[in-house]
Amino acid sequence: MPKQKSVASLEKYRQTLSNARESKKLCVAICSGTGCLALKNAEVTQSFIDEIDKRGLQSKVDIRRTGCLGFCKEGPVVMIFPREIYYVKVKPGDVPEIVSSTLVDNRVVDRLLYSGPDNRTVVCEGDIPFYKYQTRLLCDNNKKINYHSIDDYIAIGGYSALSKVLSGMTAEQVLQEVKSSNLRGRGGGGFPTGIKWETTRNAPGDIKYVIVNADEGNPGAFGDGSILEGNPHQVLEGLIIGAYAIGAHHGFIYVRQEYPLAIESISIALQNARDYGLLGSNILGSGFDFDVSVHRGAGAFVSGESSALMTAIEGRVGEPRPKYIRTAVSGIWERPSDLNNVKTWATIPLIINRGAAWFNTIGTEGSKGTMVFSLVGKVNNTGLVEVPMGITLRDIIYKIGGGIPGGKKFKAVQTGGPSGGVIPEKFLDTLVDFDELTKLGSMMGSGGMIVMDESTCMVDVARYFLSFLSGESCGKCTPCREGIYQMLKIFNRICRGYGEEGDIERLQEISMMMSRFSLCDLGISAPNPVLSTIKYFADEYEAHIRQKRCPAGVCKNLRSVASTPVSAGPV
Amino acid sequence: MNKVSLIINDRKVKADSGTTLLQAANDAGIEIPTLCHHEKLAPFGACRLCTVEIIKGGKSRLVTSCVYQVEEGLIVKTESEPVIAGRKLILEMLWARSPGVQILRDYGVKYGMDMDKFKTAPTNCILCGLCVRYCAEVKKKNAIGFVNRGTERAVMFYPEIASQECRRCGECFPLCPTGVLPSNYALQRVPHFKWPVGIFSR
Repeated sequence: MPKQKSVASLEKYRQTLSNARESKKLCVAICSGTGCLALKNAEVTQSFIDEIDKRGLQSKVDIRRTGCLGFCKEGPVVMIFPREIYYVKVKPGDVPEIVSSTLVDNRVVDRLLYSGPDNRTVVCEGDIPFYKYQTRLLCDNNKKINYHSIDDYIAIGGYSALSKVLSGMTAEQVLQEVKSSNLRGRGGGGFPTGIKWETTRNAPGDIKYVIVNADEGNPGAFGDGSILEGNPHQVLEGLIIGAYAIGAHHGFIYVRQEYPLAIESISIALQNARDYGLLGSNILGSGFDFDVSVHRGAGAFVSGESSALMTAIEGRVGEPRPKYIRTAVSGIWERPSDLNNVKTWATIPLIINRGAAWFNTIGTEGSKGTMVFSLVGKVNNTGLVEVPMGITLRDIIYKIGGGIPGGKKFKAVQTGGPSGGVIPEKFLDTLVDFDELTKLGSMMGSGGMIVMDESTCMVDVARYFLSFLSGESCGKCTPCREGIYQMLKIFNRICRGYGEEGDIERLQEISMMMSRFSLCDLGISAPNPVLSTIKYFADEYEAHIRQKRCPAGVCKNLRSVASTPVSAGPV
Repeated sequence: MNKVSLIINDRKVKADSGTTLLQAANDAGIEIPTLCHHEKLAPFGACRLCTVEIIKGGKSRLVTSCVYQVEEGLIVKTESEPVIAGRKLILEMLWARSPGVQILRDYGVKYGMDMDKFKTAPTNCILCGLCVRYCAEVKKKNAIGFVNRGTERAVMFYPEIASQECRRCGECFPLCPTGVLPSNYALQRVPHFKWPVGIFSR
């Protein structure tokens, strides 16, 4: 492992690596992200290793395990470079044919290609509609690197932003660049990143911290996990640059317990970075010291809240604290602590390399850059999508997502997880933008996008999120703990056919109080799914409460032919 | 110590910087209801009953007065409409968990609480944390603590410690607003705790 003692030596090393790469060598890239691994891509990988070995092709073909390639619906995914042939739903039994046809004879195996709704097959990744309409600034790198290899990352230009920073930019200049980029936090709050960095930098105290929030607790969201698994170095590079700008010498990466592959990826990445002199003391000979520790979550959604996360890192129970004094000023052990989401950190190297001015050319007036969404639910093309801010919801769901399966009718799209709201069809042409989504009663959130169709019961959706939160609320403050409890009781009654006149008003009263009195954003935003479903789908509530009927046919007790509920009694 | 000027309920008040709004109001003779506040303990901000409305830079916000520190020029309203509406609902929710408690009844009368708003599901504990925090911060024994999360959150004696400490202490018992603490001490069979045979070296 060559320790890089200076920027110059890193650049020289990069040149060697990238020269070695440029040869037109064949490469089999197998998606080894969590999704494809669950679909047994490990066996596919082993089959490739065995087959290539058997045919003595090791010197001609590289095998590359990558992180999530994005098109999860079509997994297990295998890509063949340099042509970028995209094979879908690959099984171990397909491997000999791929090797003999594609690797040896350069012929495409038609039956393994993606075929669209028009039944025409597509050979290359870039031509598949799912990919064609995306802007994969962050996610595109996943296919180019082995997810555990620092050499691959360096070869494609990784750590060049760090080089640029350490070979001539002052901390102030870095800070200014990030401020000028107008980057807003990708964790849900959408707070201007540059301003948060500046507050941390200017806060009194010599010891400061930077933190990666990789807790990603929203049900249905897996973008942060995929980026951390597939390209940990890009996150790390952003973190080191941020630490330099802020004046922090220690960083924490808080990864949820339930992401073992991401924990493995980032741990390997940290060790490699240390070995290469990119982490530790005197990074690249610049005199800047910085190192990072990984902190594993203990199974709590609420610990993704910034003050709860910091309390957990302190070794205490991960419960939020009142944040009248910002955590940027008083965070971990009351020291200034800057916390940002995985995607925010991963965007920093791009901004440094290509400039704030470039970043401002993408997106809308109020929201610059791209956003990564976990597109899931009742949509044809489920997976990880990256789109420029300002794209319409319609384009995401129909052009990229391929529309609703089974010819069913779109009903709503939900963003922001348990803190977000539902958006009905009439707003499908809304531009994806922090403020636009908030205006509709939802929020950008950290990237979950759940599509719902005519067979989704909107009352049940609100009930689902409340039941999720009832187990995840820390329980410290009365409004959240008791508010969720009482609202859930009302929902359980409604969904079992015991809804009463006045239930909607009760829900609204509790919601109003929770949104103003709760200690943290979990409680403040818990009413959002309730209020937005009531606002846009009042007719479904009315059907449940007055007619004891579930229009979507989901609420079991309300499905009988007669209009009376079949269960034995109320909750 | 800097002195800070602010306005509480249309009255000009001066307070030392670093004081909480609750303290400043109390010093000026203005009462704010609290359940989880105790002068010997760090502010907890859990019951939310002490929430007040503040106006800063033209913007109105609700904050807990037990935690929020005084600021120059702050305008504070301790009994404005949203504050009263919220306090009423919080009291109603706590009543459902702990019906009959005197202090809830007293505050309830003041804020127009409807005792029948929610069906009672008594745990008889309002999770104010006074017992837990007193044992942690004042006695530094941690014989009692919170267990579980969310709607299942409860206060429990840690038998290994409590069986050794509580009999000669008992100082948290009178702090309990609902009076259930001494009963729980008995119900959780703390005095009868025996170390499981063979598991620990004792």
